[in-house]
Amino acid sequence: MTGTRPSFRRSNAVRTLRSVRSHYWLYVMLIAPIAFYFLFCYKPMGGVQIAFRNYNMFKGIWDSPWVGLRYFKQVFSFTAFWVSVRNMLTLNVIGLVLGFPAPILLALFLNEVTDRQFKKVTQTIMYLPHFISWVVVGGMMYQLFSSSGMINTIVKSITGSAVPFLSSNSWWIFTYFVVGLWKSIGWNAIIYLSAITGIDQSIYEAARVDGCSRFRMMFSITLPCILGTVMIMFILAVGGLMSIGFEQPYVMQNSVVMEVADVVSTYVYRVGIQQAKFSIGTAVGLAQSAINFLLVIGSNTLSRRITGESIW
Amino acid sequence: MRKSREDSIFGAFTIAVVVVIALACLLPFLYIVSMSFSGKNAVLRNEVFLWPVDFDLTAYKAVFNNQSLSRSMWFSMWLTVVYTLVSLIITVLCAYPLSRTHLQFKKPLLVYIIITMYFSGGMIPVFLNIRDLGLLDNFWALVLPSCLSTYNMILMRSFFAAMPKEMEESAFVDGANDLTVLTRIILPLSKASIATVGLFYAVSRWNGFMDSLLYINTESMYTIQVRLRQLIQSSQVTALMEDIPEFKTSLISETIKAACLVFSMIPVMLMYPWLQRYFVKGTMIGSLKG
Repeated sequence: MTGTRPSFRRSNAVRTLRSVRSHYWLYVMLIAPIAFYFLFCYKPMGGVQIAFRNYNMFKGIWDSPWVGLRYFKQVFSFTAFWVSVRNMLTLNVIGLVLGFPAPILLALFLNEVTDRQFKKVTQTIMYLPHFISWVVVGGMMYQLFSSSGMINTIVKSITGSAVPFLSSNSWWIFTYFVVGLWKSIGWNAIIYLSAITGIDQSIYEAARVDGCSRFRMMFSITLPCILGTVMIMFILAVGGLMSIGFEQPYVMQNSVVMEVADVVSTYVYRVGIQQAKFSIGTAVGLAQSAINFLLVIGSNTLSRRITGESIW
Repeated sequence: MRKSREDSIFGAFTIAVVVVIALACLLPFLYIVSMSFSGKNAVLRNEVFLWPVDFDLTAYKAVFNNQSLSRSMWFSMWLTVVYTLVSLIITVLCAYPLSRTHLQFKKPLLVYIIITMYFSGGMIPVFLNIRDLGLLDNFWALVLPSCLSTYNMILMRSFFAAMPKEMEESAFVDGANDLTVLTRIILPLSKASIATVGLFYAVSRWNGFMDSLLYINTESMYTIQVRLRQLIQSSQVTALMEDIPEFKTSLISETIKAACLVFSMIPVMLMYPWLQRYFVKGTMIGSLKG
């Protein structure tokens, strides 16, 4: 049978209307949140069109003349744009390959710690960097890694010469990775730890009866049991390869290493905000989010095909 | 049951790894703190590691006497309080209706909200929007654009949805409306979860930096993070030239810089015991809800 009978549909509508009327406060409350999402999320999405318009401050977003893909062509011809894309990918790929397994290993090791008090204290310490702002982390980094900082004082006493952690291109990439890992490793382990607590304890008991060693249990029970969570986190991480935060690169970069430290977000800031080239800045951002979107969908589809795990 | 040698070696190894990582997380803080309490010359001679050398409070005196720094500190505190209050109000106003089973049009409302988690206008359109709203260089530019976090809202919604329905139902029978149910029954019972979400907001506001960089020009509205950034940057150039001896004397005293960093961390550190506990709980709930 296609379609519902009119009387039935009407009674449905009446019921909805009656519910709205008796619970009108709910809808009054929602006015502010709905307005918030409209004003601060949807309205800027409409502003994306200035990537296709010759933005004129006096005419505004909706009345500036259309120019088609002019700004995209310009952006793609800038070397600085491609450099920023390359740098972003370099930092993200290093972060993914070396940084992704780190919190998983940490969670596996923390799980082997039997002393509750010890575990609690170490975890409390490891979460600490997560709550410190990037500005402060940047300041601490200068004091630790600069040529007269603590780390170089130690390095000098061993090798005799300082390591240019902040002023040589390749060392800067290394420092970026280490600082990022330092801030996130403990925090990112939480999700794996909570996955581990969900594992059925009887599996371990059975293995113990069979004389399985703890190391073996970690690799043959714990790791396979959290593989679903690992896979989901991996999809999210791959999906994030084409996007990068603003604050970490911004507080860490300096003029000497701009060749490797300028990433898309800081490039958009410099061109779009500091030089007030709004249309170009928007075009860069839009091109980036388009590729990013494809990457998220691609990695999700691929993972569903191969492992059966997917976010949607 | 026998405890094999392999097991005890493995156990020692895991403890060693955990200790090394925990130390790596802790030592930078100890270094900064001991530096801030050390004498200027001891720092220049690179003698300070994890314990203050030539114990000295000059750096802190300089920090407390610095007008602009303490003004930024007060401004940040005031901003954090206002922001947290506004955020909590709008988050409750969004989370409570969405947690009710008798809300109509729930599906389209959720879609309307979830879309914003995946799509955004990007830095420039967001900036132009703030400008067009007349919020540039305005106190409210630091409050309104980020006052509702969808993640926090979903967290609070799951708190509300998990509450027992009996009291609420009997209140409805007695002729109460949704507003009185919220203010008389739900809110008094969910003080802990409101505190949790409030802490989330407070920390993000205290540590936030990008929005004040983009929207604020007036010095009286510089947050502590912006002020710190200025300070670090002004000595960054010289820090790169440190190898040249003539520059060493012209540095902003490293001890003062360290004291500023420590100073700005005090509020978060004071709240850390609570933060830690609630944040972990929140992250776990958030991950369960997907």
